[in-house]
Amino acid sequence: MYEETDRHRMFTRRALILGAGQLGLFGVLLGRLWQLQVSDSEKYASLAEDNRVNTKLIVPARGRILDRLGRPLARNVPAYRVRVVRERTPDLRATLEALAELVPVSPRRLEEVEKQARELRAFVPVPIRDDLSWEEVARIAVRAPELPGILLDQALLRDYPHGPILAHVLGYVGPVNERELEAERDPLLALPEFRIGKKGIEKRYDKRLRGRAGLSKVEVNALGREIRELDRDEGDPGEDLRISLDLDLQRFCFDRLAREKAAAATVIDVHTGAVLASVSIPSFDPRPFTNGLTAAAWRKLSHDPLFPLVDKSIRGQYPPGSTFKMMTALAALEKGVIDPSHEVFCSGVFTLGDARFHCWKTGGHGRLALVQAIAQSCDIYFYDVALRVGVDAIAAMARRFGLGDRLGIDLPGERPGLIPTRAWKRERLGQPWQKGETVVTGIGQGFVLTTPLQLAVMTARLCNGLRMIRPWYVRPADAEPAEWPRIELPEDGLRAVLRGMYEVVNGARGTARRAKLPIPGITLAGKTGTSQVKRITRAERARGDHKRKDKPWRERDHALFVCYAPFEAPRYAVAVVVEHGGSGSKAAAPPARDIMTRTLEINPAGADLLAARDLPRKG
Amino acid sequence: MRGRLRASELSLEEKFRALHWPFVLLVPMLAMIGYAVLYSAAGGSHEPWAWRHAVRFTAGFFVMLVIALVDIRFWFRWAYVIFAGTLVLLVAVDIAGSFSKGAQRWLNLGFFQLQPSELAKVTLVMALARFLHAARLEDIARPLFLLVPLAMIGLPAALVLLQPDLGTAVMLIAVGGGMLFLGGVRWWKFALAGGLVAAALPVLWANLRDYQRQRVLTFLDPERDPLGAGYHIIQSKIALGSGGMFGRGFLNGTQSQLDFLPEKQTDFAFTLLAEESGFVGAALVLTLYFVIVFLAFLVGMRAQSHFGRLLALGVGLNFSLYVIINVAMIAGLIPVVGVPLPLISYGGTAMMTTLLGFGLLLSVDVHRQMRIPRYPSEL
Repeated sequence: MYEETDRHRMFTRRALILGAGQLGLFGVLLGRLWQLQVSDSEKYASLAEDNRVNTKLIVPARGRILDRLGRPLARNVPAYRVRVVRERTPDLRATLEALAELVPVSPRRLEEVEKQARELRAFVPVPIRDDLSWEEVARIAVRAPELPGILLDQALLRDYPHGPILAHVLGYVGPVNERELEAERDPLLALPEFRIGKKGIEKRYDKRLRGRAGLSKVEVNALGREIRELDRDEGDPGEDLRISLDLDLQRFCFDRLAREKAAAATVIDVHTGAVLASVSIPSFDPRPFTNGLTAAAWRKLSHDPLFPLVDKSIRGQYPPGSTFKMMTALAALEKGVIDPSHEVFCSGVFTLGDARFHCWKTGGHGRLALVQAIAQSCDIYFYDVALRVGVDAIAAMARRFGLGDRLGIDLPGERPGLIPTRAWKRERLGQPWQKGETVVTGIGQGFVLTTPLQLAVMTARLCNGLRMIRPWYVRPADAEPAEWPRIELPEDGLRAVLRGMYEVVNGARGTARRAKLPIPGITLAGKTGTSQVKRITRAERARGDHKRKDKPWRERDHALFVCYAPFEAPRYAVAVVVEHGGSGSKAAAPPARDIMTRTLEINPAGADLLAARDLPRKG
Repeated sequence: MRGRLRASELSLEEKFRALHWPFVLLVPMLAMIGYAVLYSAAGGSHEPWAWRHAVRFTAGFFVMLVIALVDIRFWFRWAYVIFAGTLVLLVAVDIAGSFSKGAQRWLNLGFFQLQPSELAKVTLVMALARFLHAARLEDIARPLFLLVPLAMIGLPAALVLLQPDLGTAVMLIAVGGGMLFLGGVRWWKFALAGGLVAAALPVLWANLRDYQRQRVLTFLDPERDPLGAGYHIIQSKIALGSGGMFGRGFLNGTQSQLDFLPEKQTDFAFTLLAEESGFVGAALVLTLYFVIVFLAFLVGMRAQSHFGRLLALGVGLNFSLYVIINVAMIAGLIPVVGVPLPLISYGGTAMMTTLLGFGLLLSVDVHRQMRIPRYPSEL
């Protein structure tokens, strides 16, 4: 049995080798376990914690926007939401159809919901509608047992109770878009239910209104299902923001101008710069924007030829027309090229070389001095004065009164308007300045463009003791009257200009005599403006076409009126622009008067309107 | 016992007393640990796994004892037939798979889903043990002689690969190789075979199924696809590591209880155990496994027949390969190949195979004094 012994010996040797190999491998495994479980344990323990704990952001309640008296202009209302959880219903399709019989849900929406529910994890609630009325909620709640998987709950929805009245000032919120997501690091933006300010105050003060996100630490399993909440930090709700608007005045302005096709009005406090009302017609309803407007609704609004989405008070740029004449006069008075007694003879036509410039009054005004030139808005007088002082001096004066540049109001999208100078024309158009252009600039035509807000600010700076106030909605740190820098001007010149504005309303020949206030003891001062949007040809003038009432709307003149009151102790300034309204005295002065009347009745500044009569009543 | 066989020299009672009792008692210990792991895997519930695990084990345990008491010569005589039966079953499974157009690994026997590839691990050991028992050293030295055992290994391995089940195929080849090694095949022939395999790797790679390639690639760099294929390895390592020295406590492993750990009742059962009982628990269980392997080694060493020795060591090797491959896999040392942890992982066939093997092992020990002639005809 040698053979057998050899084989046994060989087997034993090899069995030992194999056994040793296995022992070695078990040793390796033990070593590996030691490495993972003991040496590197801490690293893996923290990874396990990362796995387990999901940090969830809680959207803070957005701050409300209040009017000057604390009345809510933008708020959050509980919205009733209905959602479906796939895993809790035996038949998703049937449940959705049963729901659609109770409350209206479009078939397309149903399909979307079904698709979404099948794509997401079974326990994720899929929203069906989030704008249920209380009655609809009740209807669903009663039938709840027949609707397995249907969840009713509440979410906060941004609401604008006054709808279109404040749409341009407040703006609106909407779902975060890609660009906004990239621009900011705030993790809130990534949450689907978060809404960001898109326009107006909502956009400008978004960070203050937004608040600080809360945190909820939730233990989750591998599928993301929440097991329990470990920790919760509610975060801070957004700040309630009080703005300068007066809700009643705002509503009045809106209603007063609502009959116009397109118009804008701004009311400001001449001493503080507070914007008390600002409307732009036509307007839009901001409410549907909260959940993202449908493409069709958006197209309709953005293609509307009357631009309902545009805030005309800060983005509408109009030739100021005769409301600009105060700038021409003050420039000339400051330069000393005229004094208040300077007289010009108005024959109705002004000739420069072979160009003819007309006065609005066909037969001419005859001989008149500054006060009457303003009161009767004689064009010839200001052609003459503009030529004497030159366009650059007029532009410099206009800029001091807030025209031609952004005023820095706390709303996004403000437009600068345009005050032309020689240098500007050379740079932008590459052409030398023409004398005729100085002539038309003198009466606020030609290149000159201003916004209604700028006109209100210009009027305020004229009447408030030449303080260079700036307009605002949310009180800035420096909105105290004494702190505004002053425009230095000759006292008697300013007095004559203001006297002219007084005569516009109160004088025997004023262009806005119909704008007298119905409040005894308080007088209005103002200036009309009728700005041409289309050049009048010689032939049209000959035929008298330019005075016809049946011109197409688009070719009619813009009607403007700026005013302030009380004349003796100015407190409020109003600017009204009625697009293609015809003449300033007929279309713009009456609504401006009504707005001023209402402003004085409300008297937001609480001023003693009859007391101060420092300024002499007679120029 | 069949009448055709001569009566055993031992009475049933003698055989019962000759059983390797330490081994017999060690096996239920591991199954009980498995029960606890499966109870935890179900989030602290006897359903759906733990209870069934216990039932299966109990049944398998008695089958093991019955096999242990059957005369070793019976197993010797029928080794080829049983092996051939296994091959038939493997072919059947492949055919069924070609109809269902997917990985098909089991035959539905109604009351039981039989996985022939698991069975093959035991029957291959039996067949090779019988073959090598009859072979003289001179025979083994002849390369042509080795073609037969190579075919015995290659055939089931190829059939399993077709299913496709790479993990089992590798195990079959490893166990078969181990048997040949014990049988006395020269070192250089293993080196040659190794070289050939290395040369064949590119061909093999080209023929791997997509998910198998994914597993290999993912093993090489788990971070490549942390939410996809690499997820298993990453989560398993996190679970092991967070277990620390003493574990997170029974039913308290967050990785397991919150479902971050995949397949925690089957392939990753050891991970759950290690997360909840820590390094101490994991090392203890690993030691228990090694004690079983060591006892199998001792059984092989004291058996008088070459068949018995080879059978005992083959069963031991098969068992330790299960453990080594499974633990190496969950610890991120080798790719995820889908090899369960015997006696702990949930799964009927794997447990059955293990207990069948242990039955044979115990039979070898009961009949350790018995000499077996080279050929059954001499029985």
